[in-house]
Amino acid sequence: MKDIVMASATPLDRTGMAARLVRDIPEGWYVNLGVGMPTTVADHVPPGREVVFHSENGILGMGPAPSPDAVDPWLVNAGKKAVTLLPGAALFHHADSFAMIRGGHLDLCVLGAFEVAENGDIANWTTSSNDIVPAVGGAMDLAVGAKQLWVIMEHTTKEGRPRLVEHCSYPLTAPGSVNRVYTNLAVLEVTARGFELLDIVAGLTIEALQTMTAAKIHLPRTT
Amino acid sequence: MMDKRVASIAEALSGVRDGAVVLVGGFGAVGQPNMLMDGLAEQGARELTIVANNAGWGRETGIPRLMGLGRVRKIVCSFPKGSVIFDELFRAGKLEVELVPQGTLAERIRAAGAGIPAFYTPTGVGTRMGEGKEVREFAGRSFLLEQALQADVALIEAWRADRWGNLTYRGSGRNFNPIMAMAARLTIVQAHDVVELGELDPEIVVTPGIFVDRVVRVARE
Repeated sequence: MKDIVMASATPLDRTGMAARLVRDIPEGWYVNLGVGMPTTVADHVPPGREVVFHSENGILGMGPAPSPDAVDPWLVNAGKKAVTLLPGAALFHHADSFAMIRGGHLDLCVLGAFEVAENGDIANWTTSSNDIVPAVGGAMDLAVGAKQLWVIMEHTTKEGRPRLVEHCSYPLTAPGSVNRVYTNLAVLEVTARGFELLDIVAGLTIEALQTMTAAKIHLPRTT
Repeated sequence: MMDKRVASIAEALSGVRDGAVVLVGGFGAVGQPNMLMDGLAEQGARELTIVANNAGWGRETGIPRLMGLGRVRKIVCSFPKGSVIFDELFRAGKLEVELVPQGTLAERIRAAGAGIPAFYTPTGVGTRMGEGKEVREFAGRSFLLEQALQADVALIEAWRADRWGNLTYRGSGRNFNPIMAMAARLTIVQAHDVVELGELDPEIVVTPGIFVDRVVRVARE
């Protein structure tokens, strides 16, 4: 089924997904990027558009990875990878960093997820109710704190199971927090009536997208 | 003359008792007081509760070394994944774990240092983290009651220090260190550089010496 409906469509690769998301980040926003695919979003900001990246471990104005010979071991991002500081950067401690997050000072947080529900629930920290080694990090603070929470993830699992659902089956990171989802197939806004389609990849019909989505996809109301 | 400098790691750690709650600075490897952690392993205190963002990596140093020696009864952290020793002990039921969202961990430590016994936070409402905790509504939104995290000892890594215990940090090495320095009854600092009083520009001091009890100089690793 999946292969048939996808035959004429061109799903975005990870680079394409990150580039698509960056199109919607305006100049002047303060943005936190989660570990993993969200981190790659920073690589696609066009030159000249000033977006300030926040790292939970106490950096605003975080720049790209340094060349191997210019690594400063005292400068890492949330994923513990070496980064740089841009002109205008600021350093601060963890309580201030999470005051920025929890206090609603960040314009946007981009996270990965296992599942997003049509009411904005996000599940992204554990796939099991009895996870043997649990870890949560800053995800719960980020999900409730930023003005906007966008999720970037594949539309389905590798096995073809939908990640956009009516109700999350995994333990929640935060209820009712997601504003928008960017997948390899579409961009969907979370609204009062559920997922509303903002964008879809070339060659894919809405009907085909619906078969890969376990919640109703609404078309935007035209005024 | 007030002088918080001590001559050795052993002297810095003297008096850390069995059963102590120990705050350990650092985010990943950055800002971790590795020499003090190795010193604590030598010092021998047992039944420790370790509070740190991560549970470390590898086996040879830091929190994993202490865990491997059987000195740690409980760990309070946000992201223990990545530590083989943690994994082994946790699976064997030999280690108690309190998992705390990172921002809640930071604020519980800050609150302890600031004389605030508890606070309400939106983080964790409607999740497994909220189970068993008081929920209260303010302006139509729900919040969890979280308690301050009092500690006996804080182990801190700073970049520069003076004999009054004023501290500066470097890069992202600041992380939990300044708030942990505030929250413990005994705050012990390893600094890469110890300078004369007056050499630290008051405008750039991050942790004022009032929060610090002991400073030991360590060679840069």
